[in-house]
Amino acid sequence: MKTNEEVREQEEARDVGTLVRVTINGREYRARRGATILEICQENGIPVPTLCAHDDLTSAGVCRICSVEIEGSWALQTACTMEVHDPGMVINTHSPRVRQARRAILELLLAEHCGDCYTCAASGTCELQEIADDYGIRELPYERREPRFEPDDTGPSIYRDMNKCIQCRRCIRTCDDIQSVGALGVFARGPEAHISTFADMPLGDVVCTNCGQCITHCPTGALREVDHTPEVWKALEDPDKHVVIQTAPAPRAAMGECFDLPPGTSVTGRMNTAMRDLGFDRIFDTNFTADLTIMEEGTELLLRLKAALVDGDTSMKLPQITSCSPGWIKYMEHFYPDMLDHLSTCKSPQQMFGALMKTYYAEEQGIDPESIVTVSLMPCTAKKFESDRPEMVDSGHKDVDYVLTTRELAQMIREAGIPLPILEETSFDEPFGDASGAGLIFGATGGVMEAALRTAYEIVTGREVPFDNLNIEPCRGLEGIKMASVKLEGVVEEWSFLEGAELKFAIAHGLANAQTVMEMLRDGELDDLHFIEIMACPGGCLGGGGQPMPVNDEIRRARATAIYSEDEDLPLRKSHENPHVAYVYEKFLTDGPCGHKSHDLLHTHYTPRGRELK
Amino acid sequence: MGDRVILGPYAPGTAVDAALDQRRSDVVMTVRESGLRGRGGAGFPTGTKWMLAAAAAGDEKYVICNADEGEPGTFKDRVLLQEYPDLVFDGMVTAGYAIGAKEGYVYLRAEYRYMLDALENVLEKMRSEGRLGNAIRGREDFDFDIHIHLGSGAYVCGEESALIESMEGRRGEPRIRPPFPVVAGYLNKPTVVNNVETFALVSRVMEHGADWFRGIGTEESAGLKLYSVSGDVQEPGVYELPMGITVNALLETVGGTDAAAVQIGGASGTMVTRREFDRKIAFEDIATGGSIIVFGPERNLLGVLENFLEFFAEESCGQCTPCRLGTMRLLEGVRDLQNGSVEPERIDALRNLADSMAISAKCGLGQSCNAPFGSILDAHLEGVAR
Ligand SMILES: Cc1cc2nc3c(=O)[nH]c(=O)nc-3n(C[C@H](O)[C@H](O)[C@H](O)COP(=O)(O)O)c2cc1C
Ligand code: SF4
Ligand code: SF4
Ligand code: SF4
Repeated sequence: MKTNEEVREQEEARDVGTLVRVTINGREYRARRGATILEICQENGIPVPTLCAHDDLTSAGVCRICSVEIEGSWALQTACTMEVHDPGMVINTHSPRVRQARRAILELLLAEHCGDCYTCAASGTCELQEIADDYGIRELPYERREPRFEPDDTGPSIYRDMNKCIQCRRCIRTCDDIQSVGALGVFARGPEAHISTFADMPLGDVVCTNCGQCITHCPTGALREVDHTPEVWKALEDPDKHVVIQTAPAPRAAMGECFDLPPGTSVTGRMNTAMRDLGFDRIFDTNFTADLTIMEEGTELLLRLKAALVDGDTSMKLPQITSCSPGWIKYMEHFYPDMLDHLSTCKSPQQMFGALMKTYYAEEQGIDPESIVTVSLMPCTAKKFESDRPEMVDSGHKDVDYVLTTRELAQMIREAGIPLPILEETSFDEPFGDASGAGLIFGATGGVMEAALRTAYEIVTGREVPFDNLNIEPCRGLEGIKMASVKLEGVVEEWSFLEGAELKFAIAHGLANAQTVMEMLRDGELDDLHFIEIMACPGGCLGGGGQPMPVNDEIRRARATAIYSEDEDLPLRKSHENPHVAYVYEKFLTDGPCGHKSHDLLHTHYTPRGRELK
Repeated sequence: MGDRVILGPYAPGTAVDAALDQRRSDVVMTVRESGLRGRGGAGFPTGTKWMLAAAAAGDEKYVICNADEGEPGTFKDRVLLQEYPDLVFDGMVTAGYAIGAKEGYVYLRAEYRYMLDALENVLEKMRSEGRLGNAIRGREDFDFDIHIHLGSGAYVCGEESALIESMEGRRGEPRIRPPFPVVAGYLNKPTVVNNVETFALVSRVMEHGADWFRGIGTEESAGLKLYSVSGDVQEPGVYELPMGITVNALLETVGGTDAAAVQIGGASGTMVTRREFDRKIAFEDIATGGSIIVFGPERNLLGVLENFLEFFAEESCGQCTPCRLGTMRLLEGVRDLQNGSVEPERIDALRNLADSMAISAKCGLGQSCNAPFGSILDAHLEGVAR
């Protein structure tokens, strides 16, 4: 007898590629067998409103707004859950009953919704607002429900106002299924049901990684980032402050979306101009410290390899795991507190930048570090938390003062009335302007690994990585977990112990994938790996919690393409060839990568937190 | 009250012996031919359900007895479990044999915890007599055991997919269907979920034959049925009557001829008034899981409706919009109605809401609010009671 799995596989194999005939609103279509009605409608340009559905998530069928009529079925069916298997299904997406039900659902949602679009961060991207507008709901047959919740502003990165929540549960599915964190859940029942944290604790006190994926998957303004724009405006308006902004690689590949440019439009130069117009004194490129990170982290890896392979020192753990994603770091601290020594001690590029700004840069420019305000533009909400970590003051000041997400900077640009799409392109300021393409690709999953390989391979062998045009394809793409290896042959004298070694590495993005990797590591299945790159967010930084909405894999791919093609166009493609990096080591971090000075400024330690709540 | 069959004498094991004399597929056919339809309320043909589960791929299958009995006004499953546990368990064993399951579960309403020990004792006795466990009645090809799972105390957990979610340790919320439990139920394996009474009737069908059962009741609603009768009647209690009798006939039997209105099917059922008392209690007319609540002319029907809606709002799992918020708005409306301050347009809007919930809610709970809402409102507006 066959097992269920075998039968299902067999059925799927038979199903794949077969088409079935369906009738939608009186017209015939051919549809992939097994596709949902929603997918079929979307593929054929038939609008169906949705709220709880999201391309990244499994269907929940809870909002019921996508209800459609199917001939032969008395009740309506939700398009997002109903799969088409048998030919001949007759569907109507806008029958009187469908419109009646959708209108009733919308009226119910709107009458409990407490929020004013004109003060809401989601206005313009809010899916509820859009559907309400499509349905032309002008008055409600109910009294409005009173606000039931105190907005939660206790988180360092995420602000929750559950009075705007429509209980689509996208945040919960995101936190559970994409991130494996489980910070959010449904509590109470019936009209009292609501989304909350464990025991209704403030978000600041629960196990949350601050990744912000819940925000980018929320259809409304119930979730948003903690707003740093007022502080940044204030700094810009203060003539005594020297306000510098560092910009991470991912925002430039997505910022255009906030100005109706198609996903994948790189706006680096235009964004620089806009930031200048806003009044930032210097515009720097975080890619510079990404290059620096490669030098530090690459050296750290080689040191760990030497310790393990030559000195037999087991205190330096392998595989080494990247540490540039602050959501990932907090996840490790909560869920794998006993494995923190796998993490590279390197600070993230953002924090390296902040530390250098208020030391090296201040010295070089003769500016009092007290008067420097360091702002960073990040695709990430967890960066806000990271900049607030108590240990991030190695410059003697708060290394990074404020963190703006891509969305927040777009907001500032709009407020100032700066027409980003038609601006001239300008470049970054020196000395932290020129960076390599290797630093740039940090923005995509696999990018750190690729950048590290371009450098480490060359240091060890004296030759370029053996990939066409330096594009290390095995590191690229949106597959959840990638594993690959590079053989080290013909190594230079200094690294002779690596002759013939196979450098094995893995790449994961999205914390659920990270969890899989960590469990494998714990079970001893990954003992032969040397290096693992992990990014908290799906797609890496380009899919970060501070990036524009909406997001799905298609958009992530477009953003990745923007990043990789910009890399290919850059004259510098390898971190170790960045002349400014060399200069910093020559003049400032004089004892070299992983030396004392860099340890003081560029490296950090971690806090085992466990899953205990505060 | 005449001879009772469902609630009559039963020699434990009779049904299983009869079933084991047949091939598995023939047991399914017998149940199909009996015309038995589920007694939990929805009335799905039991034989068809078993056939689907038997045909579903996989060799790990489950049988679940739904003993959550949460519908206000029903207590017939309690009587069966208390007084005829062998009848119910034998029906489950029969199902296990028919569909090829090795394990069965009774999802027992939390309030029935007090029966747990007694039921476990019956199961233990069955095991010791070779009527449960490995190689039942010496049949090497048939192992089946029954476990009891205590419910979580929520009405919606009686909905079969929520019941399964609850059994799997999650919040009891109805699942997306399709796929139905017969294809992907407990632990995503093919699962038959039947009501307590359904299993009891299966045993009687095995004992007396499909033709006997089919010969009682109506064309579309075969056989006997238990009714839990409460309210303004002389003799409340559990009654065994054929399907398809009229409301009038039932009222005569139970001593409720003064009734102004009868709520058939509990909170999620329909209210009928005097002028409809010749309607039939059957799947093709007024369906019920067994709850019959009789209201005399002194009753405040809006108060009754308010109670029902409070129940729904409290028991809604809250996952889907129409039910989570619709129940609250219907309740508000009825309260306003009771205060006498409602425009006719508002009443229309409320009916529209109830109808929209009926077609768009995710499960039977939200879908069935419009039955009591529309019918009780009608009865109230008719002025049949206070
Ligand atoms: C809200 C809700 C509550 C239900 N409660 C019960 C219950 O307590 N007992 C029951 O047998 N069926 C209940 N049902 C029906 C079950 O979903 C299912 O149809 C039934 O258990 C199938 O058994 P049957 O075919 O033998 O009737 C309920 C359905 C809904 C929507
Ligand atoms: S969540 Fe949407 S509908 Fe609500 S106030 Fe914000 S923009 Fe408006
Ligand atoms: S917070 Fe946002 S994503 Fe989460 S349930 Fe509410 S509306 Fe949906
Ligand atoms: S109809 Fe009610 S009980 Fe059923 S799934 Fe929806 S909210 Fe839950």
